[in-house]
Amino acid sequence: MDARNLSGKPAGRAIVDPARQSMMLAALYIAQEQRGYLTKDAIHQVAQRLGLTDGEVYSTASFYTLFRMEPIGRYVIQVCEGLSCYLNDGAERVVEYVSAKLGINPGQTTADGRFSLQTVQCLASCGTAPAMRVNEQLYENLTPASIDEILERLMGEV
Amino acid sequence: MGAWQPVLLANVNRPNSEKIGTYLSHGGYEALRKALRMPPEDIIAEVKASGLRGRGGAGFPTGVKWGFLPKDAPVKYLAINTDEGEPGTFKDRLIVERDPHSILEGVIIAAYAVGAHRAFVYIRGEFFLGVKRWIKAISDAYQHGFLGPNILNSGFDLDVSVHRGAGAYICGEETAMLESLEGKRGVPRKKPPYPAQKGMWGKPTIVQNVETLANIPHIIKRGAAWHAGIGTEKSKGIKIFCVSGHVNRPGNYELPLGTPLRDVIYGYAGGVRMGRGIKAIIPGGASTPLITADKIATPMAFETLQAAGTALGTGAVVVMDETTDMVEVLRRITRFFVHESCGNCLPCRVGGHDMLEILERLTAGKGGRTDIEELEYLAKGIYGQTFCPMGTGMVEPVLSALRLFRSEFEQRVMHK
Repeated sequence: MDARNLSGKPAGRAIVDPARQSMMLAALYIAQEQRGYLTKDAIHQVAQRLGLTDGEVYSTASFYTLFRMEPIGRYVIQVCEGLSCYLNDGAERVVEYVSAKLGINPGQTTADGRFSLQTVQCLASCGTAPAMRVNEQLYENLTPASIDEILERLMGEV
Repeated sequence: MGAWQPVLLANVNRPNSEKIGTYLSHGGYEALRKALRMPPEDIIAEVKASGLRGRGGAGFPTGVKWGFLPKDAPVKYLAINTDEGEPGTFKDRLIVERDPHSILEGVIIAAYAVGAHRAFVYIRGEFFLGVKRWIKAISDAYQHGFLGPNILNSGFDLDVSVHRGAGAYICGEETAMLESLEGKRGVPRKKPPYPAQKGMWGKPTIVQNVETLANIPHIIKRGAAWHAGIGTEKSKGIKIFCVSGHVNRPGNYELPLGTPLRDVIYGYAGGVRMGRGIKAIIPGGASTPLITADKIATPMAFETLQAAGTALGTGAVVVMDETTDMVEVLRRITRFFVHESCGNCLPCRVGGHDMLEILERLTAGKGGRTDIEELEYLAKGIYGQTFCPMGTGMVEPVLSALRLFRSEFEQRVMHK
């Protein structure tokens, strides 16, 4: 028999410790904090510590939208495009407004690396729609004026 | 419509409502003291007698679920579902951010009742404030002797930890949540075995929604009869309704189950903006069938909404006025489910994608003559044919909209 199985693991490898594996998401968050996204090396480090292959860690990380495999701006603006935000003149209207202000489309980052714009699914802010998030901060009941204020404050930050 | 005095949301508007001191000064953890003096089986019996049903969407009787846990199993777990992601729903986030101890007290009582010494809180990764509030509440509870070894000298031990999800709606499905807690892709497991038999790390596990657990202290403190005396025959107790869309006062409204939909929309949420008429209502979150205004007298309860052809779901009421473009609404809802499909089974993954393509053509005014039939064919093919309930949830709004608003879809077809 081949010494390696289909997944490329050496045969007879130690059994995965389930308690260690359950630290996967927490470990990925910690790894992501280092560079703002998950580098190949970060994936490898997590795999080493959890006793898994790089492929297993990548497979899990790629399942979740909060883990990123590409560099991202310092401020990540996530605009909710859910139903209630749409019904409250939000969603695409907010995206268009922010897009025009920053000169980038959803999925893009400004040339100076400060802002990334993304669209996201329901943020559970339907009662205070429209909503968007900048990094960890949630902004609700958005209006053009409040978006201006948020963006201008962030642009002023060094 | 008599004024309902909030029970679950009694604390949320107090200053510093999230702090343990605030909670304690308003009767907090009294139910836990009472519970710890009761034999665990009496607590399960009390919860059964209360008629409480799960508030996460499925409505399974809570006490019955607790009774499924094998008594002789040496290791059992409790998992707390804070993965609120059903579009239209924003009640769990409110409780976690503003009154986390009310959930935690329910967690401790539930763990004591079922004999679990380890509880895992799974919270949506996007709930940054909620994560902080959960962690602070748990650490303060340890300080006060409500968690850890020998809780309040009862001999009962419990440890609770918080685990962040990372952006996946499917992880709100209980077995997908367990997979995620175990550090894997959030793909649902085959049931049976149910988590109560084989859950976290293969051990018997009770998975419970935040709002469900927040009810537990009140049931213990006030008694099963109090709870069973509220609501309808098959839907006991109180429910937080999340009202959004084209209403004057969107928000969370705690009301007895059985409150007519009309009272929720016109009485509490202030009616429809600009006095417009209602075209459509989602009564229980995006995965429940749409209804029209002729169903407005329906009591908001499991059995009555089912009889009206829809479901209570999470109690998330989304109101759409007469100007709403229903084809666009369906495109948006479908896009959500397609985005959130875990990709594990074909009807949901491919069928959903194909439905979205048709809806995109229709909203762009470029629909072909066979598109509506094709959309209906796909939706019927997905219904009930997926590994987990998400596929069915994805097509419920589509099928109901094609029934109720077919002419709107037909107007989007190009006539050549």
